Amino acid sequence: MSRIVMPVVVAANDLFDGDPVWMTPGGNWSRSLADAEVIGDLAEAQARLAAAVAQADRVVGAYMAEVRPGPFGPVPVDFRERVRARGPAPFVLPAQAAE
Amino acid sequence: MYAYSEFDDAFVRERVRQFRDQVERRIDGRLTEDEFRPLRLMNGLYLQLHAYMLRVAIPYGTLNARQLRQLAMIAERWDRGYGHFTTRQNIQFNWPRLRDVPDMLDALADVGMHAIQTSGNCVRNVTADHFAGAAADEVADPRPYAELMRQWSTDHPEFQFLPRKFKIAISGGAEDRAVTRAHDIGLRLVRQGDETGFEVSVGGGLGRTPMLGRVIRDFLPEADLLPYLEAILGVYNRLGRRDNKYKARIKIAVHEIGLETLRDQVEARFAETRGEFGGADRAMLADIAAHFAPPALRDGPAAIPQGSPAFRAWCDTNLAAHRRADHAIVTVSLKTPGQVPGDATAWQMRLLADLAEQYGHDEIRISHRQNVVLPHVRKADLPAVFAALADAGLAAANAGHISDIIACPGLDYCALATARSIPVAQQIAQHFEALKIEHEVGPLRLNISGCINACAHHHVAEIGILGLERAGVETYQITLGGDPTQNAAIGQRTGPGFAADEIVGAVEQIVLTYLGLRRDGDETFGEAFRRVGLGPFQQALYNNEGADDAA
Repeated sequence: MSRIVMPVVVAANDLFDGDPVWMTPGGNWSRSLADAEVIGDLAEAQARLAAAVAQADRVVGAYMAEVRPGPFGPVPVDFRERVRARGPAPFVLPAQAAE
Repeated sequence: MYAYSEFDDAFVRERVRQFRDQVERRIDGRLTEDEFRPLRLMNGLYLQLHAYMLRVAIPYGTLNARQLRQLAMIAERWDRGYGHFTTRQNIQFNWPRLRDVPDMLDALADVGMHAIQTSGNCVRNVTADHFAGAAADEVADPRPYAELMRQWSTDHPEFQFLPRKFKIAISGGAEDRAVTRAHDIGLRLVRQGDETGFEVSVGGGLGRTPMLGRVIRDFLPEADLLPYLEAILGVYNRLGRRDNKYKARIKIAVHEIGLETLRDQVEARFAETRGEFGGADRAMLADIAAHFAPPALRDGPAAIPQGSPAFRAWCDTNLAAHRRADHAIVTVSLKTPGQVPGDATAWQMRLLADLAEQYGHDEIRISHRQNVVLPHVRKADLPAVFAALADAGLAAANAGHISDIIACPGLDYCALATARSIPVAQQIAQHFEALKIEHEVGPLRLNISGCINACAHHHVAEIGILGLERAGVETYQITLGGDPTQNAAIGQRTGPGFAADEIVGAVEQIVLTYLGLRRDGDETFGEAFRRVGLGPFQQALYNNEGADDAA
C-alpha cells in the first residue's frame, strides 16, 4: 500500500453479512461512515487497526481509509471508498406482472 | 440433459458438509480468515464491496426448469430476490449471509448444481455455445464433451493449484458462439472427412494483456480430448509463472516461449497421457452422451404465424435458425432498456421455467451474452411464448443489437472494479431506445467492463467500453472493431477516454458515423469498421469542432 495520509478511518466488512462497517470511537462497529472515528495520528491509527484485526470474530479485512472532513461527517478520499460508503445504486427491479 | 450419478451426488454433498464445518470453525474462531479465505473461494464465496457474493456454476450454460426454479427459490429465501447471469455462464447471488451459504449449497445439490471451482487457480466452469444441440449450423453437440471436461477437471488432484485460473470454452457450430479464442483453451468442433474432432487453440485471454488464442492443433480426434487437455494443463502447470500473477496465465507462457516450443512439449506429454487414460474416458463419454439425446420434437408448419408488428420485430431479432425448419431458437433478452443487464428476478426465473416446460422440452440455456435461451420452440408456439414474455416485461426485441449490452457488475458490486458499468449500460440502452434507430443500426455488440480485468469481454465487442478511475473520477475508454467469433479480433482504442456524462454522446457519435459511412443497410458495423478502420470514428469523436465548421 502506498503511504497513507492522515486523517483516516478504520474500515472492514462484517463477518456475518459482509456489510461495510467502520470503527467507532468506542471501538465498536457501525454500518454508517458518519459514526466512524476519524484518526489524525499515524501511531494511533496503527494501534486502532491492530485492535480491529484482532476482532476476527466480528469483522474481515480491516484496513485504513483516508478521509477528509465533510458537512455530515468524514468523506472518503478514494472514489472506490465513496461508492463503498454509499452502497450500490438503487437499481429498480422489474415489478411482478399483475395476475 | 445430464443428471448426477450417485457418485456425483455424494461428492457434492460431502463438499457441502465440509464447507458447513469450515464456516462453523471460522465463526467460532478455530479458523482464521487467512485459513478460511481459500476454503470459501473454492466453494465460490467471495467477499465483495458491499457483501458476500456466491458464484454458482451453470455448466455449459444448461439448465432445466427444476433447476431454474431452485435458483429462484434460493434468490428469494437467502438473497434479495434476484440473481445476476455472467459472461462465464454462472449465476451470482449478491447478498448472501455467511451462515446461510451451506444451506444454499445444499439447495443447489438438491438439483444437481454446485459452486465448486467458480474461483481459485483451477479449471473454471467450462462454457459452451448456448445454441448447443439446436443450431442449424452445428457440427456436433458440444455439451457431452463439456460435461466430460467438468467431471475430469473437478477436484483433479494435479490441477487444483495451477499458476492462475484456467478457462475452457467449447463451440459446436460453424459460427463460434462461445468466444473460444478468448479462452486459455478454446475448442471448436470440426469435421475432417467422416471424423469429428477439435480445432484446439491455446493462450487466449482478455484482461490487462488481451491476446487471442492460437491454434495449437488443427485437428484433434475427439477420442483424444482428455489426454490432450491433460497434456496442455500439465505443461502449463510446470511452465506457468508463479512469481507474478499478472504474468501467470498460459497466454504469457505462449508469448514467452513461443507456440512451437509449447506445442513440442505438449505433444511429448501427450504421448504419455494418451496411453495412461486407457479408454476409461471413452466409456464415460458414451454414458454422458446418452443424457443428451435430442428431445422428441413435434412436427409443425415451417412458417412463423402472423402477428402484431411487435411480435414480428421480436421474431426478427430474437430468433435463431434451428436445425429443424419448423422450430426456432428463442433468445429471451435480459436487457430491457433501463434494467440491469443479466439480472433476473425470482418470478422471472419461474416464468421462464414454466415456458421451458410448456413450450421448450424443459431446456434452458444461459448465454455468455447474459441472456436466457429456449433452444427448442415450435414455430407454431411462438405467439404464445411472445405473449407470455411480453406480459412479464421480457420481450425486448434487441438480441444482438446495441442495447443488448454485456455489462459486468462494475463498481456497484465488485471489489476489483474501478468504475461503474451498470448505470452506463442503462443510459446507453435507454438513449438508443429513445432515438428509435436500433433496428436501423442492426447487429452491433456493445460490451462494458468496469475494470481492466475485462469480465464483460469489451475487447471483443464492436464497441467496447472500459471504465477506469483517473484522479478520483470515472473515465471510459472506447475500443472499436473487436470480434468474438471465429474471425476474432481485439478492438482498437479510439484515443483518450470520456467522462461519465460524455460516454453516451460518444457512443451516439460512433453509431451515427457508422450510419453515415456504411455502404448500405446490409453492411454491419463490424464489416464497415474492417473496411474503413478507426480513422473516421476518431475524426468524429475528437475533431467535432472541425466537423461542425465543415458542415
